[in-house]
Amino acid sequence: MADYDVETETLVYERPDSLTDLSTHFCPGCTHGVAHRLIAEVLDEMNLREKTIGVASVGCSVFSYNYFDFDFIQAPHGRAPAMATGIKRVLPDRTVFTYQGDGDMASIGMGEIVHAAARGENITVFFLNNTNYGMTGGQMAPTTLPGQKTSSSPNGRDVESQGYPIRVAEMLAKLDGASYVVRRSLDDPKNIRMAKKAIRTAFEVQQRGLGFSMIELLSICPTNWGMTPVSSIQWLQEKMIPYYPLGDYKVHPAIAEIKF
Amino acid sequence: MARELMKGNEAVAEAAIRAGVTAYFGYPITPQTELLEYMARRMPELGRAFVQAESELGAINMVYGAACSGQRVMSSSSSPGVSLMMEGVSYIAGTELPAVLVDVMRGGPGLGNIAPSQGDYNQMVHGGGHGEYHSIVLAPATVQESINLTVDAFDLAEKYRSLVVVLSDGSIGQMMEPCELPPFKPLKTVFPDWATTGAEGRSKRVLTSINLDAAAQEVTNFRLMRRWQEIEANEVRYKTYFMEDAKFAVTGFGSCGRLALSAVRAARAEGIPVGLIRPITVSPFPTKLYEELSHKLDALLVVEENNGQMLEDVLVATRFQIPVDFYGRMGGMVPFPDEVLDEIRRVARGALDTSGHPRDRWLKRMAQKNL
Repeated sequence: MADYDVETETLVYERPDSLTDLSTHFCPGCTHGVAHRLIAEVLDEMNLREKTIGVASVGCSVFSYNYFDFDFIQAPHGRAPAMATGIKRVLPDRTVFTYQGDGDMASIGMGEIVHAAARGENITVFFLNNTNYGMTGGQMAPTTLPGQKTSSSPNGRDVESQGYPIRVAEMLAKLDGASYVVRRSLDDPKNIRMAKKAIRTAFEVQQRGLGFSMIELLSICPTNWGMTPVSSIQWLQEKMIPYYPLGDYKVHPAIAEIKF
Repeated sequence: MARELMKGNEAVAEAAIRAGVTAYFGYPITPQTELLEYMARRMPELGRAFVQAESELGAINMVYGAACSGQRVMSSSSSPGVSLMMEGVSYIAGTELPAVLVDVMRGGPGLGNIAPSQGDYNQMVHGGGHGEYHSIVLAPATVQESINLTVDAFDLAEKYRSLVVVLSDGSIGQMMEPCELPPFKPLKTVFPDWATTGAEGRSKRVLTSINLDAAAQEVTNFRLMRRWQEIEANEVRYKTYFMEDAKFAVTGFGSCGRLALSAVRAARAEGIPVGLIRPITVSPFPTKLYEELSHKLDALLVVEENNGQMLEDVLVATRFQIPVDFYGRMGGMVPFPDEVLDEIRRVARGALDTSGHPRDRWLKRMAQKNL
């Protein structure tokens, strides 16, 4: 065994303080872990860990409170923006964010998210879009693409009878109360870096009291899609990004001034 | 302090403010709306949080979130709105959080109407939300009592980490009465050791109602049930009137107990030895009191503005040891004291038919009145 030269060794990777030392329950290849890490890194960099309260949702994200190492509360299905509103209103100097999937937020929680955005609640929302209900085994979500097969659209989503997917970022961006609404993807290093930058911007928005921020993160679900992680990433790039274009949908003019 | 003339709903709002509520979340619904409107004006004036939510579902989950901070928080609604809140009520119970909810009951089921009713008794006293839990439920009969119980509700909620419901109705919410408001309590500055306020200088805290491990969930449920036993042992409240020499008693809660008192007074004037029992905590229910009285009384008459919901609890408490009869009006109809007086006279005449269930006998009698 070689002796390590501690003096010249450069640390290139470590677990952020905002993450606990736990193995996650996420499936191999799942991008939830990437999203968790990005949020944790940003909170560390901004020194916000001890002033943050996260709101977990229902879905695969239900146990995010186990993996983040700061105060967390757990919302009923879809209600995370309402709970976040409650705690932010009584603790306005704390950083409050929700972490929600597409079934949770775009279906059962559509009322709560739209009104939290419309009120301009000074909270940050992370919206993981993987086009299905992951936790319950891959049923059709509001974000399921036309023709996409899921366990509850076994012949592919038929828009005639099952309606069309909802583009949440575009929809929320129409609301005057929303200050920062963007869509990013967790499919490659460049997009992951851009996602991290957006997460940072969103928390900076909240720090400055500029109102509602939401980051939609296109994600993969290899287990329920029935694909390998690699082909899932390809599917995201070929099918999801054309339907859910990446970009900035709402950037309040004051946000352009933010430097970090 | 000077007495003021106040509307029930507004008096409750001001009482909550004086009890130190830091956040109110609500949604308009008659006959509760004045409470929301009062809060909309007063809370921002005092620098406290007020949000008119997108729905009762939103409102109760805002309460849920704010309660995680350990501050005093509340919502209010009326029957159909309270039904929507049942999700949050169960989660609040499962997470063991203190919160106060005012239900100004109206006629139902469904959209029903906006007239006073007591039809939510079962929903509030015997659950409503899913899973095993109990809420403390306080039933005021006057504007003054609404004020006092609202203040107590916050203390009880904190003492037992429980949801406390002030179960009012359209009559008490809408009536104006002279009342005395309590002194202002300072806002809390010290928060409990479970509150999620940011993990500054301590390890993280998590507030959740999920327990995928059934054995761990059962441990939680046992804790909730044992805490409930403690509440049953310490917090039962009721008021009795003319009971010293009573051979008969009328019992009813809230506004119905109050109007029954008028009937009891009138019956006393006729020489009928009747008294009144008015539970103030309908949950925990004064079971022991009814059990004891069932050894002393000749008969008991339960009067409610519903189909005999508290009646079932009285029957359990009295164990069918004495004749129990029932009189009720439903769907927003309120009995007149004269109707109750007639019932008292009937019960006092004796030779009560005790066959079958008191509700069935009541339905039969009401059919004779073409109801």
